[in-house]
Amino acid sequence: MLQVISLLLENKPGALMRVTGLLSARGYNIESLTVARTLDPELSRMTIVVDVEPNLRKQVIKQMNKLVNVLQATDLTDASAVCRDMVLLRVRAPQENRTAILKEAEIFSARVVESSLEGFAIEATGDPEKLDEFIAVMRSYGEIEVTRSGMVAMSLENRKLRLSPPIPKGDEAVYSHIRNGVLNG
Amino acid sequence: MSNLMSGARILLECLIREGVDCLFGYPGGVTLPFYDALYEHPIRHVLVRHEQNAAFAAEGYARSTGRTGVCCATSGPGATNLVTGLVDALMDSIPIVAITGQVSTKLIGSDAFQEADTFGITRSCTKHNFLVKNVAELPQTIHEAFYLASSGRPGPVLVDIPKDVFQAQAHYTPVTSIHLPGYKVYTEGHTGQIRRAAQMMWEAKKPLVYAGGGIIAAGASQELQELVELIDAPTVCTLMGLGGLSSSHPNFVSMPGMHGSYAANMAMTHADLLIALGVRFDDRVTGRLSAFAPHAKVIHVDIDPAEVGKNRVPDLPIVGDLKRVLPKLNAALAELKHSMGSQNASDRADWWRQIRCWQQEHPLAPSYSATEIKPQHLMAEIDRLSGGEAIVCSDVGQHQMWAAQLIRFHHPRLWINSGGLGSMGFGLPSAIGAQFARPDKLVFAIVGDGGFQMSLPELATIVNYGLPIKIIVMNNGYLGMVRQWQELFYNNRLSAVTLDSFPNVEMLAGAYGFKGRTIESPAELPPALEEAVREPGPYLLNVKVSPYENVYPMVPAGGAINEMVLAPPQPVALPK
Repeated sequence: MLQVISLLLENKPGALMRVTGLLSARGYNIESLTVARTLDPELSRMTIVVDVEPNLRKQVIKQMNKLVNVLQATDLTDASAVCRDMVLLRVRAPQENRTAILKEAEIFSARVVESSLEGFAIEATGDPEKLDEFIAVMRSYGEIEVTRSGMVAMSLENRKLRLSPPIPKGDEAVYSHIRNGVLNG
Repeated sequence: MSNLMSGARILLECLIREGVDCLFGYPGGVTLPFYDALYEHPIRHVLVRHEQNAAFAAEGYARSTGRTGVCCATSGPGATNLVTGLVDALMDSIPIVAITGQVSTKLIGSDAFQEADTFGITRSCTKHNFLVKNVAELPQTIHEAFYLASSGRPGPVLVDIPKDVFQAQAHYTPVTSIHLPGYKVYTEGHTGQIRRAAQMMWEAKKPLVYAGGGIIAAGASQELQELVELIDAPTVCTLMGLGGLSSSHPNFVSMPGMHGSYAANMAMTHADLLIALGVRFDDRVTGRLSAFAPHAKVIHVDIDPAEVGKNRVPDLPIVGDLKRVLPKLNAALAELKHSMGSQNASDRADWWRQIRCWQQEHPLAPSYSATEIKPQHLMAEIDRLSGGEAIVCSDVGQHQMWAAQLIRFHHPRLWINSGGLGSMGFGLPSAIGAQFARPDKLVFAIVGDGGFQMSLPELATIVNYGLPIKIIVMNNGYLGMVRQWQELFYNNRLSAVTLDSFPNVEMLAGAYGFKGRTIESPAELPPALEEAVREPGPYLLNVKVSPYENVYPMVPAGGAINEMVLAPPQPVALPK
């Protein structure tokens, strides 16, 4: 079953690899993954859709929360959340189909971003199932080419972000025996 | 005093601040600047003979003291050779920090000489890892690495440092604080849950304490003993938890699991309450999970929230540091003792009688023979000489199980073995680390003839540093544990398990300049072991044991732990 995970993580080299590695090490297949900076440039927000058995969902969230670079991992699968996906689609549109295609696009609130004699490039956003339908409809007009963004999701609940405070470093005087070359204190 | 110094010097300053007194390592091209800074430096560098053994030695140091062990290796092959030790430390939650050299920042990604993607390779082998690309980040990173390694659930942390970062000059200012906002350590435990746990413990008729490596990692042996005595509960210690409660404590039952005792496994199966402390319900302990402790409610205390509910969903979870949780739990137990303490007294007395009965039915007793040395006999003799006080570093295999079954440990951090990963070749190098950390202690390295040959080069290290380690080779001429499985489950088709051509140990030890001896008769065993212990330096004792002995009890893979095979199948009587 697909699980939707929202992650807030430090924007550091390797952070993405830690997240994906955790999933691949357990043999889970990632359906989609989006990541971008947040308002705070040192942090990224990531939305992952991954195929996980329902009884293991909690475990996956716990493992994600264990990652040092992850500030918060949240399971949005059954939570109150907005989930959106974007599709860029090119469809061949000969003269006789153009009006019909534009009509269909309008029904799905899609926007034509490029138009030429051969056809249209259309951009649509929406929840993923609705975009599946849109793609199916467009497909009925002939050959199409599709790029999807993968899901981005946002929780509608207020979740407290708990961060660990800085940890003071102790005084080095206690280690003077090492400096003096005495092994084992 | 100018504080302008090289990255290598800064690293050493940080190591001193972390209390590092010795490093186990092996130099190479990109760590040259670091080794140059180490020249005549007070931190002692121990030159091992293979990087894998640097990691194992660091583990031995950490396991025998609780302090973070440190190993270092060069880039490429040096770093890749560390990998087994890193995973080993990860599986057993052992705090080590590995410092690896990396090719210069401008060469990273160019397939430079001795370049490997250490950061990528070790991502899944460590609790966390770092690649330091700027000398300015070095002090912060080193202190973060040590904090991560030793706090929370301990584990290995690797810091990969490019050559130019070692060489770069920078002003060193001691770090006053570190900040890891996403790193969460749960220590205190939920007060309400702790109180409910205490109630459940008094309500139980057949309580059993199931204590693991977490007790030792937390340094909570004393607290465990108090708990066990407060409620007078029988206690099993896992392979990683041996010594957590003294083996001579009257409440100590023994080790549970695949090669655990009959009494421990039966107690697990029949208990109505499992008090699981710092354990992870490992498959080698639980056997078939669906049949594990079927009548028991479970209280699970662990510092790692991801372990709680991973294999067995507890009835009462407590996430916290045992060192902090157990005193509170003990206080709650003491408080409730007056009102609840006697309510199940007779059931509990029955429970104890039942356990004593199981212990007597199938004790973990050594077996002896007049003609050949039984491996169990060997372990019993080592136990006699140790008296529960020596450090015993074991390799992996049959000898490890016999040692765990038959050698007593009166304190934590005496039993050192590779539990989760089961890395052959661990015994000897971990003994090196342990002997460095505890020069006052008698250290045995109990190894099989297989694992011994995986760690042979370290004989030089032992001699080099004059470490008086007693290397006891339990030599049965086979990769015994694999042979046992082939015998029992593969129709005795012994495939690639015969270890012929074992070296003559008198000559081998002699070649390194210390004493070695081979024995094969039971009468020779006690005096030979005594001689080994008396010897002021290292000693290599090759003990030829009966080759076809199997470890029992044994829970076959996939079996429930109460379905133990207790003894070898009786030979079929031939018709007359």
